Amino acid sequence: MPLDDHFFRRESGRLVSSLTRIFGVHNLSLAEDVAQEAFCRALEVWSLRGVPENPQAWLMATAKNRALDVLRRQRTAAGHAPEVERMLQSGQTVEPALDDLLLPGALKDDLLRMMFACCDPRLTEGTQVLLVLQILCGFSVGETAAAFMSSHAAMEKRLGRAKAVLATSRRLFDIASSAQVARRLPAVQRALYLLFNEGYHGASAETSIRTDLCREAMRLTAVLLGDPRCATPATHALGALMCLHAARLPARIDSVGDLVTLCDQDRTQWDQALVVDGLSLLEAAATGPDLSAYHLEAAIAAIHANASTFEATDWAAIVSLYDMLMRLQPSPIVALNRAVAIALRSGPACGLAEIRRMRDLDRLSSYPFYFAALGELERRSGNMQAARTHFRQALNLARNSMERRFYARQLAVGDTAAAPFQGLEAMWDHAFDAFRARVESDRAAG
Amino acid sequence: MSEFAFLFRGRELLGSAEQQQKTLEKWGVWMADLSRRGLITDPGLPLQDEAKRVAGPARVIHDGPFAEIKDLVNGFIVVTADDIDAACEIAKGCPIFEHGGGVEVRPVASMTP
Repeated sequence: MPLDDHFFRRESGRLVSSLTRIFGVHNLSLAEDVAQEAFCRALEVWSLRGVPENPQAWLMATAKNRALDVLRRQRTAAGHAPEVERMLQSGQTVEPALDDLLLPGALKDDLLRMMFACCDPRLTEGTQVLLVLQILCGFSVGETAAAFMSSHAAMEKRLGRAKAVLATSRRLFDIASSAQVARRLPAVQRALYLLFNEGYHGASAETSIRTDLCREAMRLTAVLLGDPRCATPATHALGALMCLHAARLPARIDSVGDLVTLCDQDRTQWDQALVVDGLSLLEAAATGPDLSAYHLEAAIAAIHANASTFEATDWAAIVSLYDMLMRLQPSPIVALNRAVAIALRSGPACGLAEIRRMRDLDRLSSYPFYFAALGELERRSGNMQAARTHFRQALNLARNSMERRFYARQLAVGDTAAAPFQGLEAMWDHAFDAFRARVESDRAAG
Repeated sequence: MSEFAFLFRGRELLGSAEQQQKTLEKWGVWMADLSRRGLITDPGLPLQDEAKRVAGPARVIHDGPFAEIKDLVNGFIVVTADDIDAACEIAKGCPIFEHGGGVEVRPVASMTP
């Protein structure tokens, strides 16, 4: 039977999560090794014998047998998890104890527990995201490095340090404790949000990597939504904003791999099923008194999803949502996005005036979109010289070839003074919050 | 028509989960193709790397395989082909070459004289 796409990755997350419960979080690397061995065994056998009826159960059984070997060997070393230790002390033998731990129903909890464990407050937000990607999404160090435009060695070091921090907690995160779950839930939501953002706006030029990240973030958000304690209005809003943005992905990159501006996107290519999911999640998010930034961002995305054309977009509503976002979670990036929305509502001069009023402009000095926004607004105001200077700065700051081509096109358009609005809409889609994540995670890391 | 054993050697199994799945899919495609063309006379067996060897008149048991990892047989199948050259052509389609291994093609000794 054929395997689902990314089956190994997904199962890797599951196996490592379940095995960590057996071996303890201080033995995370052992859990990873045992999972890896199960995959090697699968590859060895399945390549000649074909994929079995229930590949998931096959992998789990293989991992279990391997775990049994390890536990029997370590019996006296008492190196495993307190939970297993307890079961063994109460007279249970190893094998039934493992069977209990690996019941299919426990799997969801294992994933959830691991997600919460990765979002350890002793780690920076950026590092939490990397751990989620590596442990729960089954990305190798190399793939994680590629997704975040880092060197293999640097990524290996960073992940190693992070796992060493996790390993110092002798106990697993207790998902039975509603209070602990509630306390750490915002960090988990945030990590999934950042993971999605990295896919949507990230530095990698590889669109396949980027869609992978978006899909993984959505999958794990669905895991959160499947748990009553985690399915809060904010989690629903987070799911909504992911669906509404992901709906636009098919129209966002053209056949030669260039960015397509929101203005130029063929809206019939938007994934209507995701739009519907997003809107119903947003509706479900609108219960209770809590208004999160996710609500506001999802609402902005919903306005775009509901606009039949770019011209029909309700910019006034978007500006007021940004006003609220500025009150809730002010940052230079939100301020800049708000200024762009004002320009689209009231004209480029108003947008430029807003930008001039912004504080912390120096925080945007390495942000290509900031200069692209300035360039576009200057061009719209007829100041071609200033526009070119800004676009050149944006071009210099571009992070990958796709961005470089995009800004180079803007620079060329600036020279001919044609195609009004081109850059501006691109910013909309492209920079929608793009760097807020980056700036903030850098700040957290620094 | 004669039978040939394909001995797979030095297969690299490690890699990212995604790469492993890609590798597996390639093997699946190749094996399905051979099978559709009716070339597989024996699906053979995959073999694990773990090994012991019993050797010498004293039947001493030695631990571990005695080949380099790259020379270890990881499994075999039996295919049918006109001659050894045709069998080698079939072997060329094997995905093993993409991950560090090779195929040893050996004619199966026939009972028919």
